[in-house]
Amino acid sequence: MVTFILKRIGSGLVVLAAISCLTFFLLYFSSTNIARNILGEYATPEQVAAKQAELGLDQPIFSRFLAWVAEALTGNFGTSWFTNESVVQAISNRLPVTLALVVTSIVIIAILSTLIGVAAAVKRGWIDRAVQIAAVIGDAIPNFVLAIVFVTIFAIQLGFFPATSSIQPGADGGAWVASLTLPVIALVISGLTSGAQQVRSAVIKQLEKDYVRTLRSRGISEGVILFKHVLRSAAPAGLTVLSLQFIGMLGGVVIIEQIFALPGMGALAVQSTTLGDTPLVMGVVLYTVIIVILVNLLVDLANGWLNPKVRVS
Amino acid sequence: MTEPVQINASTATLARTSVFKRILKNPMGLFAIAVLSIMILVAIFAGWIAPFGENTANIGKTLAGADSVNLLGTDSAGRDTFSRLVFGAQTTLLSALLCAAVAISIGLPAGLIAGYYSGPFDSAANWVVNVLMALPGIIVLLTIRAAFGPSVWISMIAFGILISPGYFRLTRTAVQSVRNELYVDAARVSGLSDSRIITRHIFSVVRAPIIIQTAIVCGVAISIQSGLEFLGLGDPTVATWGVMLSEGFKNVYLTPTLLLWPALAIGLAVGSLVLLGNAVRDALEDREKVTVSKRNDPPTVALQMQRGPRKRTASVEVGTEKHLVKVSHLAIGYPQANGTLKPVVNDVSFTVDRGEVLGIVGESGSGKSQTAFSILGLLPPEARIISGSIQFDGEYTVAPGEDIVNQSRLSELRGKRISYIPQEPMSNLDPAYTIGSQLVAPMVKVLGISKAEAKKRALKLLSDVGIVDPARTFGAYPHEVSGGMAQRVLIAGAISCEPDLIIADEPTTALDVTVQAEVLDLIRDLQKRLGVGVILVTHNFGVVADLCDRVVVMQAGRLVEGGEVREILGTPQDPYTITLLDSMLENKTPMTMLVSQGGTKS
Repeated sequence: MVTFILKRIGSGLVVLAAISCLTFFLLYFSSTNIARNILGEYATPEQVAAKQAELGLDQPIFSRFLAWVAEALTGNFGTSWFTNESVVQAISNRLPVTLALVVTSIVIIAILSTLIGVAAAVKRGWIDRAVQIAAVIGDAIPNFVLAIVFVTIFAIQLGFFPATSSIQPGADGGAWVASLTLPVIALVISGLTSGAQQVRSAVIKQLEKDYVRTLRSRGISEGVILFKHVLRSAAPAGLTVLSLQFIGMLGGVVIIEQIFALPGMGALAVQSTTLGDTPLVMGVVLYTVIIVILVNLLVDLANGWLNPKVRVS
Repeated sequence: MTEPVQINASTATLARTSVFKRILKNPMGLFAIAVLSIMILVAIFAGWIAPFGENTANIGKTLAGADSVNLLGTDSAGRDTFSRLVFGAQTTLLSALLCAAVAISIGLPAGLIAGYYSGPFDSAANWVVNVLMALPGIIVLLTIRAAFGPSVWISMIAFGILISPGYFRLTRTAVQSVRNELYVDAARVSGLSDSRIITRHIFSVVRAPIIIQTAIVCGVAISIQSGLEFLGLGDPTVATWGVMLSEGFKNVYLTPTLLLWPALAIGLAVGSLVLLGNAVRDALEDREKVTVSKRNDPPTVALQMQRGPRKRTASVEVGTEKHLVKVSHLAIGYPQANGTLKPVVNDVSFTVDRGEVLGIVGESGSGKSQTAFSILGLLPPEARIISGSIQFDGEYTVAPGEDIVNQSRLSELRGKRISYIPQEPMSNLDPAYTIGSQLVAPMVKVLGISKAEAKKRALKLLSDVGIVDPARTFGAYPHEVSGGMAQRVLIAGAISCEPDLIIADEPTTALDVTVQAEVLDLIRDLQKRLGVGVILVTHNFGVVADLCDRVVVMQAGRLVEGGEVREILGTPQDPYTITLLDSMLENKTPMTMLVSQGGTKS
């Protein structure tokens, strides 16, 4: 088990290194004119050159990357080129908003998908048809379009929720709930339909297995078969879907946060990439990828616990 | 060598046309194709349809409502919304196609090569795929936009690369599954080059999933692209739906309709693409169902939710209570698409007494397993009792006139008095739990004993069925034991609650020949020692001769002959029995000779 975890962490670190390398070199193309952009139109060439030297932009790209890596390994991600705010500080201000949004949505999706998916698989009939139709519709509507519709109807037309609340990290619980409700609903609706559909087919697949019939023949009750046996074997499929949704959402919230004016990582990502703010972009990318890797590790561990066959190999 | 290829091609064409027809018959598929065709036509003829240019601004008329000149009004720069929508179709659809094309041209060849040759290329490709999948897509696209400018085309090429793992995985899996198929082997042996095998044989397998994936990818591409443009990161000089959406959102307080049209266009386009993908999948699955359902049992789905008629205290015929099981004129059927019931078991009657071993013999599809499962009450939920009755120990489990098995009655019997030994040992144990826990749980439930007590009994049972190290097997997971041992475990489970009747469904068929004899010995010993009644379902007269007191022979759902084993073996009356016996003597499996006469269910 320990070797398994170490292996996964090791391969995660390799992925992390590859992605930072890739992003850094990509950013090279957008940082050619950066000193001029920071100083503004009227800066003299000398000022620009001095700024470039200050940012280390006069160094070759490779040594710049090595310098960044050396700093990053000590936990220092530098400061934003444009605001001089420390990258770690900027991210730790924004990350809680994004995580609150994504984690709340995923937890709600997980619970509701399981309930609805199991009900559809077991009862079939109308609820099953409803789940299948909803899955198609849910896939068909991009979540940001849904979010726009929500903002227009519930916030702007009806005024039930603040449309563009800009909550601050220190805001009280009520403000959080009010400003997260609509975005969470938008994310949940678009994730729930496909989640429920996946749980449904995973449960049906397990119910068709021979061992279910044998368990029935042994006098085990339907409830125990469903919740102890079938759901456990169906869970890995559901977890995989949830982890994919989680990763998708981490990117998707960029747009959702913009629609609802939430000061999360998304806003930071848009702002920093548009400006070519290399230290900040690197920070955003690294934090996001680390979260993705951690989620994948958790899912792998959970699958190992659920399925003893995986544990061995 | 050209001939089989031609046949392949012609059947493929046939199948394709019928799939296309089936998509059109599906209302969702028809809708999707209609919407997409209209959008494509609009995009092609945009120059003729649109009354204004995409960027023709009329500063004197901004944010205007719909009128006869500007059919859908104008935006904040006085540009005609309808014209922009029409030109937007062009850019939006083309960019989605570009994205899919990039993704296919990377993912498909890489998947073909990795799947066909495996080896180092496969591992390298998989590693790249893992990196790509861990990338936060939108953030990468934002970075690329910052580096290369706000071009729709560049971001869609980049997104095509990011999304190519989808095609790679799909192709790789499909290729791996056919690589070792016999016809590919045959092609290889007959000297076809690898590239020809890939294009001719393997490409035909991945074509359908690629079409489905492409529909989905185009939908995702449109929504990602619109999302980026909505963020205000699009190229403002090009009219796309996403740019319009962004513009509309800025003016949402003034003119909400500006938001409506691009949102509707995006929703319709993405929705139609998803619907199209679903319709293609359904059409392909339908075709598989038609061919597969001829051979396989219908799946044992879902719980038996419909409750049978409340247990009527219909008493059984006087004088028949003494039989442990009495099946009278039983007929079982499955509903067909046209509303009729297709019988798979017809007018079957037999009895089993306590301590007696009855064999039910027949080929695959003779209805023998269906008959056995009806006694267990474990028929698939869609199965219906057409006529007849089943009684167990003097009480009806299927009373005359009932059309399903009485589950409330049987749930009291299953495990406790009737138990089951399945055919395939490995798939009949839950891989997620230890063997021990799967033995203990039924005993705790049925016998009402403590877990510790049940464990003690389970260890004893395991040694009774000839397992040398019961403690180790008790703690093992199913995948850690051999097939023969798993079957012993299942037999231990079947006798654990001291049943009166064991139903064994081909208990040795899936085992190695050497293990078969041991398991048969075990069943015989246990039956003698416990004095339990056994119904043994088999296609093998050798097993019948070995174990059974009496035998009934089934063919195509009907009972053709029955009686003492010695009589039937010595002087078979029915020609079918004779064929079965002959085939056994010639050491051939009866299935291969007689499958054409069979019914559909086994």
